[in-house]
Amino acid sequence: MKLGRVIGRVVCTQKMECFDGLKLLLVQPVDENNKDAGPALVAFDTARAGEGDLVVFEAGKEAAQANPNGWFNPADAAILGVVDAVDTGTARSGMKGGRS
Amino acid sequence: MTLARVVANIVSTEKHPHYKGQKIMVVQPVDPEGKPKGRSLVAVDGVQAGIGDLVLVVDEGGSARTVIGDESAVTIRTAICGIVDRVDLDESAGSADGRRAP
Repeated sequence: MKLGRVIGRVVCTQKMECFDGLKLLLVQPVDENNKDAGPALVAFDTARAGEGDLVVFEAGKEAAQANPNGWFNPADAAILGVVDAVDTGTARSGMKGGRS
Repeated sequence: MTLARVVANIVSTEKHPHYKGQKIMVVQPVDPEGKPKGRSLVAVDGVQAGIGDLVLVVDEGGSARTVIGDESAVTIRTAICGIVDRVDLDESAGSADGRRAP
């Protein structure tokens, strides 16, 4: 998985049936210090994430099987968790999750 | 597998059922000298690693699921599969100390 920040929502009316009912979110990959790490991507959500949330997402074939509805999704990125806290072991250096 | 340093622990309440009960950590891949190399990854811990440990990381689904002992957790792709005690390098290249970065 990788860390990312949800920076937006993607709304598609015309899409493949298997995406029905799934939320598509725009995710900016970040590192553990909250710095941007690479280009933003679109991921579907399995963890009730929202805009501003720090999340963990998986990219690759594992994402295709993350659909809570049990279908195999033609997707290459899925949000698998909302991060509450990132603890780097030193006082006050940790990054807080939640909405920014 | 890659060498990596554990840099953080992740706390997440709302997550995919496959990750329930797993310890999730941020690892920074490093070169044999211990210098950071490339982007950090989020990995499931299968060996009780701690922050600062030099570890072995598998970034391939089938292997990662074997490490954590749950073949049905199909969304898990990256896992910490070993804690490195030390890395012996050719003398001309120096050597890296395994545990606990300063």
